[in-house]
Amino acid sequence: MAVSSVPFASPAPQLAARERRLALAGAAFAAPAALLLVAILLAPLIVLVLLSVTDYRLGAVAVRFVGLANYAEMFSDPVFRRAIRNTFLYVAFVLPAGVFGGLALAALVHARKRTRSLYEVIYFLPVTSTLVAMATVWQFLLHPSLGPVTPLLAALGFGRLDLLNDPDLALATLALIGLWQLLGFNMVLFLAGLSAVPRDLYEAAALDGAAGAVDRFLRVTWPMLGPTTMFVTITTTISAFKVFDTVVVLTRGGPLGATDTLLYVLYLEGFHYFRTGYAAAMTVVLLAFLCLLSLLQARLIERRVHYA
Amino acid sequence: MTDGESADGVRLTGIAKSFGGTRVLAGLDLAVRAGEFLTLLGPSGCGKSTLLRIIAGLERQDCGTVSIAGRPVDHLPPAERDVAMVFQSYALYPHMTVAGNLATPLEMRRLTLLERLPLIKHLSPRRARVMRGIMAEVRAVAEALRIEALLDRKPAQLSGGQRQRVALGRAMVRHPAVFLMDEPLSNLDAALRVEVRHELADLHARLGTTFIYVTHDQVEAMTMSSRIALMDQGRILQLGTPDDLYDRPASLAVARFIGSPSLTVLETVADGVGGIRLGAVRLPFGHRFAAGTRLSLGIRPEAFALPLGPEADGPALAARLVRAENLGAEWHLHVRLDLPGEPPAIVRLTAAEHEAARASGLLEDPLTLVLRARGVHLFGPDGARVEPDPAHTAVVE
Amino acid sequence: MRSRAFLASVLSHLVLLIGAVLMLAPFVWMLLTSIRPAEEVFGAVFDPIPSRFAGFENYAQALFASNVPRAMLNGAVVCLGILAVQLATALPAAYALARLRFPGRGVLFGLVLFGLTVPIQVPALPLYLALAKAGLLDTFFALMFPFFLTVFGLFLFRQFFRTYPEEILQAARLDGMGEFEIVWRLAVPAALPAIGAFSVFSIVAHWNDLYWPLIVVTSRERATPPLGILAFRDAETGGNYGALMAGAALITAPLVLAFLVARRGFVRGLTMTGLK
Ligand SMILES: Nc1ncnc2c1ncn2[C@@H]1O[C@H](COP(=O)(O)OP(=O)(O)OP(=O)(O)O)[C@@H](O)[C@H]1O
Ligand SMILES: [Mg+2]
Repeated sequence: MAVSSVPFASPAPQLAARERRLALAGAAFAAPAALLLVAILLAPLIVLVLLSVTDYRLGAVAVRFVGLANYAEMFSDPVFRRAIRNTFLYVAFVLPAGVFGGLALAALVHARKRTRSLYEVIYFLPVTSTLVAMATVWQFLLHPSLGPVTPLLAALGFGRLDLLNDPDLALATLALIGLWQLLGFNMVLFLAGLSAVPRDLYEAAALDGAAGAVDRFLRVTWPMLGPTTMFVTITTTISAFKVFDTVVVLTRGGPLGATDTLLYVLYLEGFHYFRTGYAAAMTVVLLAFLCLLSLLQARLIERRVHYA
Repeated sequence: MTDGESADGVRLTGIAKSFGGTRVLAGLDLAVRAGEFLTLLGPSGCGKSTLLRIIAGLERQDCGTVSIAGRPVDHLPPAERDVAMVFQSYALYPHMTVAGNLATPLEMRRLTLLERLPLIKHLSPRRARVMRGIMAEVRAVAEALRIEALLDRKPAQLSGGQRQRVALGRAMVRHPAVFLMDEPLSNLDAALRVEVRHELADLHARLGTTFIYVTHDQVEAMTMSSRIALMDQGRILQLGTPDDLYDRPASLAVARFIGSPSLTVLETVADGVGGIRLGAVRLPFGHRFAAGTRLSLGIRPEAFALPLGPEADGPALAARLVRAENLGAEWHLHVRLDLPGEPPAIVRLTAAEHEAARASGLLEDPLTLVLRARGVHLFGPDGARVEPDPAHTAVVE
Repeated sequence: MRSRAFLASVLSHLVLLIGAVLMLAPFVWMLLTSIRPAEEVFGAVFDPIPSRFAGFENYAQALFASNVPRAMLNGAVVCLGILAVQLATALPAAYALARLRFPGRGVLFGLVLFGLTVPIQVPALPLYLALAKAGLLDTFFALMFPFFLTVFGLFLFRQFFRTYPEEILQAARLDGMGEFEIVWRLAVPAALPAIGAFSVFSIVAHWNDLYWPLIVVTSRERATPPLGILAFRDAETGGNYGALMAGAALITAPLVLAFLVARRGFVRGLTMTGLK
């Protein structure tokens, strides 16, 4: 922009050459990633959308254009509807329990001085562990005759429960395991948020008369955690929405379809029954939903601006 | 500071506080008169903030008592001590509007817990009426501080000076018995600081409330305070009016801290007959130290004069000019005195004095400096100030 | 007032302790069972402490009579292969996105932002078809390929490079450094903390991933850790839960131990991501 004011004889061509060189370098640096982006993201997405309007099955010789039939079928398919319902039920439990549980744990741990890092390690441990391996442990724990949970619950007066094979309880059990893995993650995020609240604010609140725990929480803690809470809510929603591992390891959608979830049904349709076109349509719906969540998140994160 | 006066203000007795092993306040007594503007002045880390926070109830003292308006408040939480505080960071609630920030202290007092809970609060028929009253008061305070146009903004949308005023307003709405302020001007730029300084002094005059103000800026302290408590290492070195501290510093430490540029300190010895010797010059003080006692002589920069007119016949010292600084209204001469060890000294001249001296050729090396009576202080071996004997108020040969 | 504070502290410790027990219970049970003799697992009485130490048999079975070690080795190969390609492609591209002007920069960055919302499940179908067509199913390449592209890494490193002082880049150019040298000798060393955090994130994600390996792997020889433990459970244990738990412990151990050693870095690596 200030090229003309440079007092040397032939600056413009030199600068232009330099800019060309930098642009070339930029393009060269970005090329491998850009190629991968096309090969792994862009091209598959286009193929996906095209597949979703066909009746393609893996290995089939003939392909027919079927319009929106796959989409129509999806919404009348009892399995898919059940999967949607189960997934939302799962989210409906894990989301509030994960967010408020994480917040409560963070508040308790934050107040501890010497034992704080010990609790942090313990609660974060499930986050770092391999969920599939830990799910086999859970399966064993919940085994009606070999595991300790059933007799323990029986001793507490719940009767002998087979949590993973009871259609009424299986989904809730998966949700509890999901919560077990997720709580530490949310707790750590909230802890970071709590540490960022200036101590001055609590002191100002104390002088203003907000001395009780309720007032302190409502006037200072909760509003100051607003952005963190938004973030935790969205990440929890997305990860709960993608529940898959525990279903594969523990229930395979059973008993009686009580734990069919979106990703599990998608996996079955696409890679077991090889109804590729139908699975593609499902994937498009999944993607639409995830994009919606992301937009929501971008919107909500903008609200951060209004805070200090 | 007689008992009768201090009963209405803030009275601290034997306040001590340690953090871990380090002693921050060492059994400190202080009586603040009702309605006065008392400044806690001292170097960084001397315990000013800690003392203020103990008065507010944000920190608990290890021992000692705090009384406000004649009543011990040690058992009371901060909100019930009838004090308000302006924080250095202002500590405004970032998610609330200015109006919300100003209203909070009143809401906390006048609404019940149920009337403050989200959603549920709307069930109370009384709440709307109370809130109308609160908002009227908020508007009145905002007008007094000229921030009524900002009531709907959030703190992030305000300038530093505006935030400062909101913080002040939040303290004012409650009409507390005591205002506590911890370096409230330190986040403002220089020009704004001077402006707000005047406003604070005005505000104090208008409200007539007790102010306890913490700063490490002596200009702030000198210009606003009724009295200053100069602190160092958890103790009060001197409590007095700005004049007291400047003209009658209780100790060498006080004399060194107050005044800019700092005063010149010369090591001398007592001559045994009430005076001291500076080279060839004898200064009589009427003190009672034995001959040979080591004493310190403090000379304010403006206590040095050039031998012009009536000042020409004071006790005189020879000096070599090192550097002269022009500050506009005054000049600072950095000199080395013609005494053993060539001690450095700073001389302050008004522009007029400097002009006259130059015209008379008095700025040629070596300089002759004359000592004025005012601004020359003698300190004993323990650092305490030696009161000049009334018989020798003038320093004459 | 003091006694109320004390009560509150006791209560909060109580809640935290109960929670901690629930959090740790599966780990404790896993470890206890992994040293429990097989006959005791099926015994009628529950005694949490094993009657004799059968750790050697169980771990030996997991190590020598199962596919678990093979799966862990595969996991290491896959994780490191993915990470290497991710860093090699994402770092220069992120630098270009942050600091160089080139045609298509805006489009590329827009795609990166969009890519942040797309999980592996979305391109999985077409990628599977393509790999099947190319005869590449059940290979290391198939396991790694979809993850060579890391939009998250691109985004993270770009944000990081944007904070790098422009003056240093200018000075380096005046000193005669080419852009390639600037990336590898200035930008990458400065980005080491971000690279560390990203590596944690990437390794944890791909060590634990089940969805994609489940799709493309069919043979024992290419099993990843989750597949290894699944196969062990379904066929290989011969009903020996002790050995299965030993296998689970082995597969969980690398990440958990790394977490315990480098706690701060691990937490940072996992929490900065959120979305994936
Ligand atoms: N919560 C605390 N824990 C430990 N030490 C503290 C704490 N608060 C203050 N101190 C220490 O007490 C001493 C006095 O602190 P204080 O904040 O009162 O100083 P100050 O006079 O206000 O200084 P400044 O002018 O820098 O604000 C300092 O040495 C400080 O490090
Ligand atoms: Mg302070």
